[in-house]
Amino acid sequence: MDDEKYTDINGKPITLDYQRHSSFCTEFIVSSPKVSIGTVMVATSFVWIFAYAVFCLTDNTAVLSSAIIITLIGMMLYIHFVKIDHESLLVIGSLGIQLSSSYASGREHTSFIEMSKIKDIVINEAIYMHQIIYYLCILLRDPADASAVSSVVPLFPSSKPRLNCLVKVYKTCQEIISKC
Amino acid sequence: MVLKVFFPQCCNRAASGLLVGRWLPGRDTAVVLAVIHYPFIPSTVKQYLQKVQAQSQVPVEVLGSWSMPSEKQEGLDSFLRDLRTIFPQGRWLQVSREVGKTGFSCQLLPLALGEGGGGEKDRVIFVHYDQRKVMVSQLHPLERPQPRPTRRKPQNSDRPSHAVSVVSAVLSYRLCPLRKANVLVSVLLDVFLGLLFISWLYREQRLARLASALMPAADRVSKELQELLQWLMGAPAGLKMNRALDQVLGRFFLYHIHLWISYLRLLAPFLEVILWYGGLSAALGLTFALSLLSDMLALLTFHIYCFYVYGARLYCMKLYGLCSLWRLFRGRKWNVLRQRVDSCCYDLDQLFIGTLLFTILLFLLPTTALYYLVFTMLRLMVVALQGMLHLSVDLINSFPVFALGLRVFTPYRLAEGVKFRVLSDEPGTALHLLMEMNALGFGSVVQTYRTPTYSCYPPDSWGALLRKLFVGELVFPWKRKTTKTD
Repeated sequence: MDDEKYTDINGKPITLDYQRHSSFCTEFIVSSPKVSIGTVMVATSFVWIFAYAVFCLTDNTAVLSSAIIITLIGMMLYIHFVKIDHESLLVIGSLGIQLSSSYASGREHTSFIEMSKIKDIVINEAIYMHQIIYYLCILLRDPADASAVSSVVPLFPSSKPRLNCLVKVYKTCQEIISKC
Repeated sequence: MVLKVFFPQCCNRAASGLLVGRWLPGRDTAVVLAVIHYPFIPSTVKQYLQKVQAQSQVPVEVLGSWSMPSEKQEGLDSFLRDLRTIFPQGRWLQVSREVGKTGFSCQLLPLALGEGGGGEKDRVIFVHYDQRKVMVSQLHPLERPQPRPTRRKPQNSDRPSHAVSVVSAVLSYRLCPLRKANVLVSVLLDVFLGLLFISWLYREQRLARLASALMPAADRVSKELQELLQWLMGAPAGLKMNRALDQVLGRFFLYHIHLWISYLRLLAPFLEVILWYGGLSAALGLTFALSLLSDMLALLTFHIYCFYVYGARLYCMKLYGLCSLWRLFRGRKWNVLRQRVDSCCYDLDQLFIGTLLFTILLFLLPTTALYYLVFTMLRLMVVALQGMLHLSVDLINSFPVFALGLRVFTPYRLAEGVKFRVLSDEPGTALHLLMEMNALGFGSVVQTYRTPTYSCYPPDSWGALLRKLFVGELVFPWKRKTTKTD
């Protein structure tokens, strides 16, 4: 909604969309960059050239048809299970927080955490290979011990936005959570 | 605090009347179960609610009033407000809907009568839910305790599920019927697959061809084994074996194979009949045919099993002897009483004989080890084949086909939790959310509804198995934990 350019930890551009449905309900949608047509063409031509080379060696047409089938099935599996199109966070004051990731094929995976289980939302640091990255996470209350944290749920795990984007989300979430 | 009202979708167009439902204690939440619309007699309503409460054990009460203005009923608002005096409750909810707008407006009248009206108009959430789907669905809260702080799939909510359980308290669906349905459907699928198999097998004389091909196959296996033994008796892979031991072992095993072939030749005329009746057992289910096949495989490869046992025993004894004599070399002895190794003073002739035996055993070790290795490999191949058959039998028996079908066609019945969607909101009205059942993932469905089978899985882990093979201990892949060994 604003002009500031957001990127993820690898430098690829992402977009943040922010909708304020009411004073205690907001929705954040972080969209990852789409698969570029160039990558798709390079990958498929690589597979098919390789298959054609094998066909020239072995003279068996089954190689060509199996390469086509493998490419198609691979692409279908990729867009249905691997490639995430956008991730959204819906914060509803005094009800809970809903995380949802939707894949490139349209499949959506949603999970809802109710407010009484949430202890806090924090920005945490992590050492990821050779980098130190920031990530936003929800701390869940331990049912046995009120002051302890039982587990951590990271938000936006595939888009991995950078700190400027996280701070914006963090501020709005804290407003809503502290009010209710 | 934000007031939450759970409103069934079927009541969106109900005529004006009374809201009936339940207040969730201490949570500022109201669950509307039904709308009783005008005309009604308040005393009849009270009696009816008491009856429902007695039968269902759920404290159902009048929550407030619902007004949907239409041309026929004018002036109903004041009537509905006066109803509050007839149904004295703690809080009274006034929900109204205007013809032009899609949103509802809500007013909460507080505890004491006589205080002015006007609750907090802008902090109300209306959660719409499909009553039929919510009542029919079963919740599967995923409990996966893991050490903190690690990534974990977020657990699903309690509060909407509390509302759901309140709403579905009228009809309680338990988990049992689904598991029974799974077992029944698995059995039917099994029988169907078995009949399909029979219709394929008994056509075009396939069975006769199979029976007539079985004898030559067994013959070929024996011939291959004989060639293998001849190879071992020579110089296998360039290794030089001990001639005498080699000949003894080789001839012993060859004679065994000869006995086996004679036994099979005796059986040959009856083979077709046996196969014919055995194939009919597939009518009871494909798993029967597969188990029968596994048993037949075990019978036909019985000689390989025998060879493995002979080889393993020889190897095992040799290793024990070697260990014991090695201790003698170092002047030690195994103390059986104390289960430990103690030092011991040996006589000269004991040492002499011990050293001789040790040398003999050591130089005969490669021969025995090679025979053991070859027959263990063969035995493991047979066990692997049998294992695959057992696994497929297990799969057919335990796979929850019915639950998966339910998940595909009516996903709201198997729910992992709930999910919310914001309905298009207009400024000035309360927030409207749509609550839908979040269907369980396919992997979780299979995991939760897998029928437990009583197949015996191998009791050893991979490490224990390798250790047993190295030492020469006999490996029993289908041993149940309850039976005694050997």
